[in-house]
Formats: sequence, C-alpha cells, structure tokens
Amino acid sequence: MNSLLSIKDLNVSFDTPRGMLEAVRNVDIEIAAGMSVGIVGESGSGKTVLSRAAMGLLQGSNVHRTGTVVFDGHELTAMTRPDVRSHFGTGMAMIFQDPMTALNPVRRIGAQISESLIFRLGMSKKDALKRSFELLQLVRIPDAKSVLRKFPYQLSGGMRQRVMIAIAISCNPKLLFADEPTTALDVTVQAQILQLLRELREDLGMAMILVTHDLGVVAGNTDYVAVMYAGQVVEFAPTTKLFADMRMPYTEALLESIPKIDHPVGKRLLAIAGRLPDPTDRGSGCSFAPRCKYFQNKCLEESPTLKTDPDGHLYRCFFPIGEAL
Amino acid sequence: MAGSGIAHMRNSTDVVLTVRDLVVEFRLSKDRVVKAVSGLSFDVIKGEVLAIVGESGCGKTTLGRAILQLPPPNSGEVIFEGTDLTQLPKDNLRSARTAIQMIFQDPISSLDPRMTVKQLIDEPLEIWQRGDEQERSVRINELLNNVGLDSELVLDRHAYEFSGGQCQRISIARALALDPRMLICDEPVSALDVSIQAQIINLLQDMHDRYGLSIIFISHDLAVVKAISNRVMVMYLGKICEVAPPEILYAKPAHHYTRALLNSVPIPDPTRQTRTELLQGEPPSPMNPPTGCRFRTRCAAASVLCTQQEPQLREVSPGQFVACHHPII
Repeated sequence: MNSLLSIKDLNVSFDTPRGMLEAVRNVDIEIAAGMSVGIVGESGSGKTVLSRAAMGLLQGSNVHRTGTVVFDGHELTAMTRPDVRSHFGTGMAMIFQDPMTALNPVRRIGAQISESLIFRLGMSKKDALKRSFELLQLVRIPDAKSVLRKFPYQLSGGMRQRVMIAIAISCNPKLLFADEPTTALDVTVQAQILQLLRELREDLGMAMILVTHDLGVVAGNTDYVAVMYAGQVVEFAPTTKLFADMRMPYTEALLESIPKIDHPVGKRLLAIAGRLPDPTDRGSGCSFAPRCKYFQNKCLEESPTLKTDPDGHLYRCFFPIGEAL
Repeated sequence: MAGSGIAHMRNSTDVVLTVRDLVVEFRLSKDRVVKAVSGLSFDVIKGEVLAIVGESGCGKTTLGRAILQLPPPNSGEVIFEGTDLTQLPKDNLRSARTAIQMIFQDPISSLDPRMTVKQLIDEPLEIWQRGDEQERSVRINELLNNVGLDSELVLDRHAYEFSGGQCQRISIARALALDPRMLICDEPVSALDVSIQAQIINLLQDMHDRYGLSIIFISHDLAVVKAISNRVMVMYLGKICEVAPPEILYAKPAHHYTRALLNSVPIPDPTRQTRTELLQGEPPSPMNPPTGCRFRTRCAAASVLCTQQEPQLREVSPGQFVACHHPII
C-alpha cells in the first residue's frame, strides 16, 4: 500500500502528579491517499491524543513518545516543531470539535481564511480575499460576500464549522483531521456538515481521519474504522466489514448503547456498565474485561495482543464474537 | 407548519401541568425583540414523560425555564397541580418550585466547584429544613446509592473529580432530594458520550418508575428520546409542529419538519445509508419569524396558503396532532 500516513508502534504518555498516564499504547495505523478512516472511542480512550500525536503537535516536556509517524515520506517524529509546521495547511489540516473557540473572536472571517493563503501559498491580500470568497461558496455558505466581513460571534455553530472547514481546505491538504467535527452541533446541522465533508473529499481527493465517539457518524462516512479503548486500537477493519462482522465485544457494546431511531418505543437501552479504567494504572489483563459481558478468567490475567483474520480484520480479544468458546 | 392551537390539550383529571398561550419574548433594543416562545400550549399528565424536540434556537430551553418562572413569561398561564405559577407571590413561588426540579445540559458547570458532593446534595435539604443533620445524612446516602454512586467513595469529593456521566448522576440525586413531582431535563445527555447517554437515560427511567415522576425531557435528537418518552412534541421557532405518542410519531410523522429531523439522525449501519433530502439551511431569526407557517421557508411542500395563514394544530390520527396545511398522510 502506498501510504500517506504511517503510524508505527506509537506510544504517548504524560507525566502527571498522579503518575505516568499512558494515553496511547502501541498503535499502528496506515492511511493511503484519499482514504477515510474513523477513529471511534469513548472520552478518554486516547483518540484525540492519537490524532494530535499523528500531527506532531505533542512536544511538551511532560510528553513521552516512542514510535514513528511518517507523513507523505517525511518522518514527523524526527522533526523539529517548525519543520512539522511546514506541513500544516498544504499537507495536513485539522478541524476541531468546538467551532466557537477555534476561531479568533476579534478577526473578520475573511481575514482568518486569507491568513493561511497568504502565509502558505504566498498570495496577495487581494487574491487571498477573492479565494476566501470562493472557499465560502465551496462550503455552501449562503451570502458569502457578507460573511467575509463578519465576526465569528455573528455566525451560528454550523456556519462557524463551515468556516473552519473552508480554512482547513484552503491550501488543498492531502489529509484532513476532523476531531469530533459535529459533536457540538444539532442533528440537522450534523447531517449537513457530514454531507459537506463527503462531497469535498470526493471533489478534492483528500484523505480524512474522522475522530468521533459515535459509531453512527462513521458508518456512512469512512472506508475503515479503528476502535480505540484505553489507549489501544482494539479493532480495525473496513467499515462495512466491521459493522457486518464485528469481532470485539467492546465494539458490539458501543454499537448496542447508541440510542437508535429504529429502537422499539419504550424498550430499555443497553448501556455499557462502568467506565474506562484509570489511565495511570493500566494493570494486567484486558482493559475492557471489567465491563465485558463475555469475560473469562484468562482476560483478567493476560493482555490480549492484536490478532488478524485472514482478510486483515484486526481485533484484540481472546474470545472474539463469532468464535465458540 | 409550526403553528398554534389547543386541539391536543387533554381534559383529564390527571393533568399535573397545563401551559396555556405561553409567550416569552426578550427585548434586545427598542425595536428588536426575540420571539422565543409564541403562544404555546400543552399539558403533562401525571407520570408522563413528555419529550420536547427541536433545533437550537427553537425555544425549547426557554420554554422549560419559563415553566419554573426563570424568567416569568410575558403572558400565558403555567398551572401546576391547580396553581397558576405566574400569579404566585415570590415566597409561595419558591416553595412551589421545590416540586419541579431541573437538570441541565452541562453537568460539570451546573455543580458548584467549591462544594463537596455531600454539600451539594445537602444544600436543598438544609434550606428547606428536611430533617436534622442525622436524617439528612441518611437521605443523602440513599439518594446517591439510588443514582448508582457509591456514597462512601463520593461524599467528600468535588464535582471536578468526576466524569460528565457521574456529574449528571450527582445532578439527578440533587434534583431528587426534595421529592419533586416533576423533573425538567434540559438536554441531559447531549454533552455525554453515546455509551454514557444510555446509562443516564436508563437511570432517569428508573427514577421515573421509582418515584412516579412526571418528566419533561428536552432534546434536539429524536433518537435519544425514543426509549423514554410517552409523548413527543416537536417545536420550531417558538411554535408546536406536531404532538403525538412515539409509536405514531416515529412510524408515521405527519409534519415535514418531524420527518426532516428523523432523516437527520445518523444510522449506525453502512448498508442502510439513505441519502434522503436533507433539511437545508438553518432556522430563520426568531426576531423576524416568517409570516403564516414559520417552517415554510425550509419546507418543500410550502404553498401560498402557508405564507398567508398560520396552521392550527389538528388531529390527523388518534392522538396525533399536527400544525400543517399539507401534512404527510
């Protein structure tokens, strides 16, 4: 596979007053050009840390990182911060969960979109503003001309997320990181933003990493899904394969817990009991075992390694779904 | 579509809350008025879970708060157990309010960060002098255990030490402290992970069953309320679009807006990705709502009639009321 982003044996941990917090553990992911990969997990599963580490954004003195991240032939993990920065915008770009705080509140929308065009592509201010107008139209903002002159507070959450997307795609990135891009939005606006991302990806041919806690969001928007739990990838498969034939009990529990529109009226939802284990105390055994309805003694004693089905479906479980005990 | 009317009001002796012609407006300046809730009527029967669903800005939060007179509505009646809360003097209103408790969207910021869990739950008990310290302490333990927290472990900790789901459990324990008869839950699970949403919805269901509560559950997501509600009311720009029991509303929505909301919910199955017509754009400004039907500017079925005349709620099938000139039949 001709990979655009290749993450190999990535570990990220943070020094905290309570001890070493292992946020990401032994993650391997390959992403080809134009591919869309969903990273799914609960709050605290390490999905945001993984995507930030993949962008080379975590470099503080309390961050410990091992493993390699190679983007488009460049090893980001061996670079200094300014060198990593040179890939932002044209190489990779990011949109965030909270479009309210990701934009500068005291600068006009036009200036914020123009910024990267001037800085990265060396456009003149006039050309950049003209291109900003086109970008706003591309992300389907009505009355783009007047929006250029507006400040973020004058726009709704959905409109701000469209502006964020316009900024992210302004320099034609090869890879877009979308970190919970629709979590703060209404369902109606979520549907619009997901549709926009799908169309833009088709038109521009960019790859996307879609980080979300909602399996419903990845279902129609990704080619592959990585499910994360307690810092590890616990299942990885093509999206259709994952939903048709899931192996990992955690993925099944996550899917069952979603309030679904075709859920029978009045029927009780299936919640996952308990919560994520303490990230400063990984202990022994499978991290999901205490919440797993299929757990056996072995799960408490040994940590499962990633197993591979012949078709490449990866999972981290001793007793996967679909195999007799 | 979004319109007025009282056809859906029930004439039952079991009605605990009746809201009639409620109007809430916020004056921004001399000639700019936000029309948040515009002449809205509904009722809640004892033990019922009424879901109020709509997009951001439709007035659902304002409506929930106006029931508690936070702030008092501009006009209209809010009759709870026979008493019109809008007419009560301040002191009587305070004691009447103990029977209606609220749960907010952001569980972490709605709890005082300087108070321990024990203090948080003791506060309402102490203010209303429910028992001596010993009795209150027993009550606090009981409440915490009922919402699924281990009281011994959590009593002396602060809200910031807990996850969002646990904070929401603490909020629920606090809301239940004064034995309310009604809970108003304003987007209680929107800030939570999907895996935790189910836990909290199930907990609210349990508390509903255990204490015989009536619940108003406000949400923007029709999927979230399906498991818990007995009646669903869809709102748009301060008006009611449709009121129906969930069995009917999800299977046969009569309002175009209800159908659009249903189509927006993501389906966690890659083989069933229907690319139906999505609702385009965003709601118009509540400062200057469209004439006639307020939904007409985004509605595919809108006609000239919709611009001229506001639709009234009417019954299209037993228990299903819709305010639309051209309902989906």
